[in-house]
Amino acid sequence: MTSKSREDAQHPPSRCPDNSAFKQQKLSAWQPELTPASVLSGFILIGVFCLTMGVCLILSARSVKEVQINYSDKCLNCSKLRENSSNWNTECLCSADFKLEEKIQGDVFMYYGLQNFYQNHRRYVMSRSNAQLLGRNTDIRNSNCAPFSTYRNGTPMAPCGAIANSMFNDTISLFYYTNLSTAIQVPLLKTGNSWWTDKYVKFHNPTSHNLTSAFAGTARPPYWQKPAYLLDEENERNNGYINDDFIIWMRVSAFHTFRNLHRRLSRTKQFADGLPAGNYTFRIFYNFPVSRFKGKKYLILSTVVWCGGSSLFLGIAYMVSGAVVMLAGFIITAIHLKLKKRKTYFQR
Amino acid sequence: MRPIQSIETKIISPPKLYFSVLFATHLLDIMSPKCVLVTGESRMCLLYRQGMNLFSVLGSEHGLLAAARLAALVYFGQRFPEGLGGWDVDEPPRELHGLVLKPTLGMSLFGWKFGKKKFKEEERQLQANNRDFNLQFQYASNSIKTSKYNVFTFLPLNLFEQFQRIANAYFLFLLILQLIPEISSLAWFTTVVPLVLVLAVSGIKDAIDDFNRHRSDNHVNNRPVQVLINSRLKEDKWMNVQVGDIIKLENNNFVTADLLLLSSSEPHSLTYIETAELDGETNLKVKQALTVTAEMGEDLQKLSDFKGEVKCEAPNNKLDKFMGTLTVHGEKYALDNEKMLLRGCTIRNTEWCFGLVIFAGPDTKLMQNSGKTTFKRTSIDRLMNFLVLLIFAFLALMCFILAIGNGIWEHDKGYYFQVYLPWAEGVNAAAYSGFLMFWSYVIILNTVVPISLYVSVEIIRLGNSFYIDWDRKMYYPLKDTPAQARTTTLNEELGQIKYIFSDKTGTLTQNIMAFNKCSINGKSYGDVYDLMGNRIEVTEETEKVDFSYNPLADPKFAFHDHSLVEAVKLNDAPTHSFFRLLSLCHTVMPEEKVEGQLVYQAQSPDEGALVTAARNFGFVFRARTPETITVVEMGETKTYQLLAILDFNNVRKRMSVIVRSPEGNLTLYCKGADTILYELLHPSCGDLKEETTEHLNEFAGEGLRTLVVAFKNLEEKYFEDWIKRHHQASTVLEGREEKLSKLYEEIEKDLMLLGATAIEDKLQDGVPQTIETLSKAHIKLWVLTGDKQETAVNIGYSCNLLYDDMADIFIIEGSTSSDVLTELRDARKKMKPESFSESDEANVQFEKKTKKSCILPEEQANGVYGLIINGHSLAYALEGNLEQELVRTACMCKVVICCRVTPLQKAQVVELVKKYKKAVTLAIGDGANDVSMIKTAHIGVGISGQEGMQAVLSSDFSFAQFRYLQRLLLVHGRWSYIRMCKFLRYFFYKNFAFTLVHFWYGFFSGFSAQTVYDEWFITLYNLIYTSLPVLGMSLFDQDVDDGWSMQFPQLYTPGQQNLYFNKVEFIKCMLHGVYSSLILFFVPYGAMYDTMRSDGKAVADYQSFALMAQTCLLIVVSVQIGLDTAYWTAVNQFFIWGSLAVYFAITFTMYSDGAYLIFTASFPFVG
Repeated sequence: MTSKSREDAQHPPSRCPDNSAFKQQKLSAWQPELTPASVLSGFILIGVFCLTMGVCLILSARSVKEVQINYSDKCLNCSKLRENSSNWNTECLCSADFKLEEKIQGDVFMYYGLQNFYQNHRRYVMSRSNAQLLGRNTDIRNSNCAPFSTYRNGTPMAPCGAIANSMFNDTISLFYYTNLSTAIQVPLLKTGNSWWTDKYVKFHNPTSHNLTSAFAGTARPPYWQKPAYLLDEENERNNGYINDDFIIWMRVSAFHTFRNLHRRLSRTKQFADGLPAGNYTFRIFYNFPVSRFKGKKYLILSTVVWCGGSSLFLGIAYMVSGAVVMLAGFIITAIHLKLKKRKTYFQR
Repeated sequence: MRPIQSIETKIISPPKLYFSVLFATHLLDIMSPKCVLVTGESRMCLLYRQGMNLFSVLGSEHGLLAAARLAALVYFGQRFPEGLGGWDVDEPPRELHGLVLKPTLGMSLFGWKFGKKKFKEEERQLQANNRDFNLQFQYASNSIKTSKYNVFTFLPLNLFEQFQRIANAYFLFLLILQLIPEISSLAWFTTVVPLVLVLAVSGIKDAIDDFNRHRSDNHVNNRPVQVLINSRLKEDKWMNVQVGDIIKLENNNFVTADLLLLSSSEPHSLTYIETAELDGETNLKVKQALTVTAEMGEDLQKLSDFKGEVKCEAPNNKLDKFMGTLTVHGEKYALDNEKMLLRGCTIRNTEWCFGLVIFAGPDTKLMQNSGKTTFKRTSIDRLMNFLVLLIFAFLALMCFILAIGNGIWEHDKGYYFQVYLPWAEGVNAAAYSGFLMFWSYVIILNTVVPISLYVSVEIIRLGNSFYIDWDRKMYYPLKDTPAQARTTTLNEELGQIKYIFSDKTGTLTQNIMAFNKCSINGKSYGDVYDLMGNRIEVTEETEKVDFSYNPLADPKFAFHDHSLVEAVKLNDAPTHSFFRLLSLCHTVMPEEKVEGQLVYQAQSPDEGALVTAARNFGFVFRARTPETITVVEMGETKTYQLLAILDFNNVRKRMSVIVRSPEGNLTLYCKGADTILYELLHPSCGDLKEETTEHLNEFAGEGLRTLVVAFKNLEEKYFEDWIKRHHQASTVLEGREEKLSKLYEEIEKDLMLLGATAIEDKLQDGVPQTIETLSKAHIKLWVLTGDKQETAVNIGYSCNLLYDDMADIFIIEGSTSSDVLTELRDARKKMKPESFSESDEANVQFEKKTKKSCILPEEQANGVYGLIINGHSLAYALEGNLEQELVRTACMCKVVICCRVTPLQKAQVVELVKKYKKAVTLAIGDGANDVSMIKTAHIGVGISGQEGMQAVLSSDFSFAQFRYLQRLLLVHGRWSYIRMCKFLRYFFYKNFAFTLVHFWYGFFSGFSAQTVYDEWFITLYNLIYTSLPVLGMSLFDQDVDDGWSMQFPQLYTPGQQNLYFNKVEFIKCMLHGVYSSLILFFVPYGAMYDTMRSDGKAVADYQSFALMAQTCLLIVVSVQIGLDTAYWTAVNQFFIWGSLAVYFAITFTMYSDGAYLIFTASFPFVG
């Protein structure tokens, strides 16, 4: 060999392949060596980690206080009324009472929940015009908004599309009974509930000297009771496309049962610490029909913790996988200990 | 439709020079210029690309097979470079009766436009120096065009070609589906981006190729050449040369077109040419002009007055044949290939020569051999195709389920949900919606059929082929030959070989022939005896015979028996005639650059060895002209007149020369295979024959290659008559070959036996070790050789194939069908007695299998057995009813040696095992006689040895030494196989995990074909995020290093049993993917359902869910590849981490405010 390599050095052979690690498949590499010790300790460590995570998640999820009221069932007469679309102009007021046995401390969020509402249907998800919502002057007939793009006479809808048209439009207020007869309205915040990027990037009103003229030449979607520029007459910065309720609705849910943040508790006066215990009532202007398609509506009051809401799923998932991994680890350990003495050698 | 026989006589008759068999195969194509349809359904085409020795056969499996068979058939008419060792050729191959050749119509299908002729040329007629006359025939000019496209046709033609590939067509179909608004469930770019990328890559590759072809065309067309116009030599471009022109070529020039040699600077108007570019052979060949034209010399006046008229065959691609007549001044002269200079050759050792252009440009034989390339397919390829079909079915099933689901949902819920979401326009029933949804889901779930699979597989194979090219341990420094993967599509099959079919000469042995022993007039020479009369083993130290008395002796020649020299010195008459014969009867070309230093250019090493032996013993072959041979006999120069050469061919298996000695004696010298020559001997040689036979057996027993030599004195009168008839026969245009061979037979009889020669062929280095390693890897080795049984058995012992510990070695040598059957049955009875009972598994299968499959099960013998089968017995065993007996018996043996087999039988044996065993076969060989077998086997390996390049050119892998085979299989093959399997398992897994999430989501989104991920993720997932890590793994992974692979050949066996990727494995990785997709869907679903972020905002929106699901997916598949990777090189790390980094980078960019504002429609996700 040595004489040959010396020869090579003197007359480098023309067609001899390069002696590089890459070409000779000798690249230095890390070859993870799977020993019983490393594998088993890996199993146990992962198991322990998962179990700990699971316990933490479950404990914190259980500390969340949550009140959930199915008001589509409670307001049956309103539901019935809304089933007939010819009654769309009739107001229907409904109230739902509930009692807090103990106070809810901290930030309290109010959600409305919808069940069986297929916001994730493909055609529904597509049915919007992002350009229009950016305040651009686009021809929405080219968008996916149909059939909610223009009226017969050619007037474009603003905002267009099935999502916007079906916007949740129940008006909800919460009252607290300080005593049996007097109820005071719980102060709720209706801004600051949407994602920052939604509010400041994805949604812009069309530019004009005022909002009403910006929406001139357009019409409200058919199911809306008022045009977009009247969504919040009190607050210029919560009106038109940049209305928080609208923005939140436009962020479609991935599932057909979902909850959207609607209001936040304004922590002032007696609500500075949260909601005190006692009797409450929701007063609802019931506009949003769901019973036709067997949908349900909920109102939810909830606090949050670091890991979100009251759902136990993630904690349980961690617990289960931790337990499985641990179990597998123990079984393998047992097998290993049993077979350890019996060594087999590869016959050369 | 004609049976093959008729075509055989028409096109395949024994050519005079040997060219590669591959070319011979190509020759068959002449029925139509470029293309031939075999058995009506499979098309074969062949490519010879100018400037590159690149040949292949295009066609289906069946086409390849037919090609190999035809190659074998053609090969019968060819001279064996193996020398005169001889084969048993008894009858035309039976198997070919069923084959039908049918010419196809033109070549426009492939865009090759050589045969642009409006009429089919039957015969070519031309006049020298008469352009006007020749122009009326509209012969093609000398400009060539191998390029396929021009600037304008490139795009449409190339796209058309690309969409013929099934994968691209599938993508196009998807694209069309996506353009239907009711169905479109994904944005157009999800399909367009990958499609455009794939098309662009192949398009660019094609464009570069074609550009290069344009360039080389231009280069070739613009080469200068001297054309004789109006008695003057004018420099002109190649492309302007016309048929009938006379051109002048100088030394080292490329031949411009197919020329008729008119005259040259060398004596006797000889011209030497090298045909390396045509067939890869580098030895010089000689051509000679007719005397009538040679007289013109370089007299330009005479040449331009030359008005010879040539009539010849139409353009064809038979490289080694030409037939025509030249008429000068009313006299006819025969033209044959000996007078032709073909385009592609190079003039050597010849100062100048003049030629008449016969065929130009596309009509030249070189260009007529052009065709197209394609590949053999591996079993994994076939499995993959099957799986893809399976996945298609699975896809259809999923879509069907979802479509039904959609129908039900729209009926139950969607109908009422119309308040908020009216049905799409035109949809008025749930069922119709379901129907549309079926196609929408086809689009969404299309990623289960991974189109990038094929591209990736090609890349992996290419990479693994490069490793073979680059391997220094398969580089042979002595010959400066690296290993070469000539086919880049078969790598993983190298890891699955079960049967190796090996040639002997040149493959196991070095094919460096040494004259070792001889028998002259009943006395054997070559053994060395000590004083006691015992034979001594000849070693390096044994004293060599001193040839110093002969100044012309070759110093490298070694011989140990002094008695032979003494016999020569004592003027022993038979000994002298023996060596005289050896110095006269051959086709070797001498080269004497320096006075006294002879170099022989021999076409077969055997001949070279014999002539060298004669030279050393004092009969020095010195010079050759077409009419004379000059020999220095014991220091005395003698010039023999060479009156006739009776050529070697494979049927005759002998060659003769007829010479007139200076004394005036007429003698015929003949050498050939013993079986043939013994029948031609004069009855008076009876005793001598017996003695010589004894010696022959002895020689063969030592593994030597033998030839018998004989002579005959001729009568003047008879000879004169004979040579006249010979002359007549050689000038007829039709049936020339048959007439000549009859004449040869007539004169080659009643020969006087002189003796026999024995040539030694040493084993290559490392052969026994390699064979041992391979047999430990449970690879069965079959040796197929043309040698005698004794020779073969001896070699078998010396290279460890056969050994004394074997339970038994069966020898099959029956000469009737029933004998062979009995012998085979007896052997099987001994190996596995129970295999004759009804209940034996194999027999049970035997009964069942009549229906369709004919795969025989693996049978285990009760010991280690060897089988030796003779060529003539093999012929019976290969007949219909004995085939299965042969396979059952032979496959139970560890070693099978077939001796005296013909090239066709080699291919038949390979074919047999391929047919009855579900095993991957490899054929290895070095000579033209192995080509048929190399092309038949799943994998052909060529050894670049002494015998030209034919085997290498038709092989899939090539290297210089047999011992590299173990590295090729155990290291490269094993790695390639494991890598490919890992790749496929992972690839299917990741696509299932990716796609099925959509399926589960369908149940929660009203079966509305809503995707889980955002569209850009779907577009880039296969293309960018997951392509490189898996490529990295399948290019670099090593479970154990090469040293261990070689030390433990048992590691090879899982590949043989195809354990790492098969249908079961596929189901496993599919289930794995399904499981992953379940987790990947339901865990994010559960985690996000009815919960909120820590700042109270709802989190279950579609965008967050999509982001979460796709991020989880990517992390999961990255972890999975991490678990699969056993060998983490820096590249792997870079690819895996890099892909994740790229994913996050792209995601952040796409979700950024800026991207949203610029491309509102394309990037709807922000946040």
